[in-house]
Amino acid sequence: MTTQSNSTTKTSSSNFVILYSVFKRDIGLALTRKTDTLGAIFFFALVVSLFPLGIGSEPNLLRQIAPGVIWVSALLASMLSTNRLFNDDYQDGILEQLLLSPCPLELIVFTKILAHWCCTGLILLITSPILAIQFDMSTETIEVLMMGLAIGTPILSCIGAIGSALTLGLKSSGALISLLALPLLIPVLILGTLAVGAVGSNVSFSVYLNLLAALCVLSIFFGPIASAAGLRIALD
Amino acid sequence: MDNSHLSSSQPTKKINWFAFSAPSRFYALTQKVIPLCWFMALSFGIAGLVIGLLYAPTDATQGDSYRIIFIHVPSAWMSMVLYTAMAFWAAIGLIFNARLAYRLSISIAPTGALMTFIALWTGALWGKPTWGTWWVWDARLTTELILLFLYIGYISLYQAIDDERKAAKAASLLAIIGVVNVPIIYFSVKWWNTLHQGATITMTKAPSMESSMLLALLLMTVAFWAYAFAAVFTRTNQTSLIEDHHADWVKTVLTSSKASS
Repeated sequence: MTTQSNSTTKTSSSNFVILYSVFKRDIGLALTRKTDTLGAIFFFALVVSLFPLGIGSEPNLLRQIAPGVIWVSALLASMLSTNRLFNDDYQDGILEQLLLSPCPLELIVFTKILAHWCCTGLILLITSPILAIQFDMSTETIEVLMMGLAIGTPILSCIGAIGSALTLGLKSSGALISLLALPLLIPVLILGTLAVGAVGSNVSFSVYLNLLAALCVLSIFFGPIASAAGLRIALD
Repeated sequence: MDNSHLSSSQPTKKINWFAFSAPSRFYALTQKVIPLCWFMALSFGIAGLVIGLLYAPTDATQGDSYRIIFIHVPSAWMSMVLYTAMAFWAAIGLIFNARLAYRLSISIAPTGALMTFIALWTGALWGKPTWGTWWVWDARLTTELILLFLYIGYISLYQAIDDERKAAKAASLLAIIGVVNVPIIYFSVKWWNTLHQGATITMTKAPSMESSMLLALLLMTVAFWAYAFAAVFTRTNQTSLIEDHHADWVKTVLTSSKASS
């Protein structure tokens, strides 16, 4: 009995060591490859800035389209960066090592998604108010937009991870990931923009944020499982 | 000509659910069914179109433009039914590791995408005279459009992976994720629509339907089902012949077809 519990704690602690090193490594890699990490953020800022140039700088119009524009750009920027989520580890063989490790692949994938979110979703979230100000959004709507992005960007990372796992090792995976993941992300876009749109109206924005949170919980649970299944298929 | 091992009859009394999971037995069975399906698709389709276009009365509010529903409604139904069927066979394929189930699933996709496209196209043709616009961001239209993207994503993923087994498994996983997400997409689109657009247009058709209209619609639905079966089985069998080209049963099938022609 004692030995059993002892071994259980031992494996769980060794699992934690594995997960911590995976997390640290992914964050470290993202910090080393500044062009990739910053590239996604500048892409985000650039796409958002293109809209006033294309549509015109009428303040009322900009205020109206701002949440949609910021959300769509966040979706695209997130898709751009998920391309590398598993591919680099696949190229240098680390992914196969992780598959062989005693730690469940689902937990490893979850950790990688978390690291990915810290390097993209979190930074998108921090950058978004600056862009929102460019679009003349009010403080109240910016708050709701940021709350929506805080709940919604983990979903982007989770679904992006599934797309990344399914297209592992393919030459032209970039466009394919977007084609696979973006249709699945439409509910996130809709709920995120609805929440901002509800600020001025008589509907409570928390309804949409609650639904978004439900999707977030679902995708955090099923995303790593589906991604791990995809990785197992690719490395079979 | 020795055709005994292609025989589809089972001597056992118990139902063997996996009897037709062997591509050879499935091939033998469907080769008999396919001509019947084509015949039904053609005859029911012609009958449905004749009744629908010539005998069904003109609609009081929509005029003759409503007649496109005889194509539009069956294709829209099929687009959804086929996606579910595709995901079902994908799941069966993943659970039992059955290659014929993967083949069925992949064979369904192009027909499903075609049906979705026809539904969208005919919907646009109907929308112009009735609503005055080709396209509205209505909940149903948007979901149907997303369904088309899901089909295309599934086909693209399968095409992109060279290894057939890996391609089938990866695409199956995607189909299952997609089918889980479809109701979520539908409801999210519906909520988004109700807030932004208001009840300007509803998709509800004429409340009561003339019996000849209903008959034409039913005939067309049967025709579309028969077409889908024929197309999917033909595609599945072609894939079987190509992928199992080294198997004995393919050689027997090919030599016997050569001898008969």
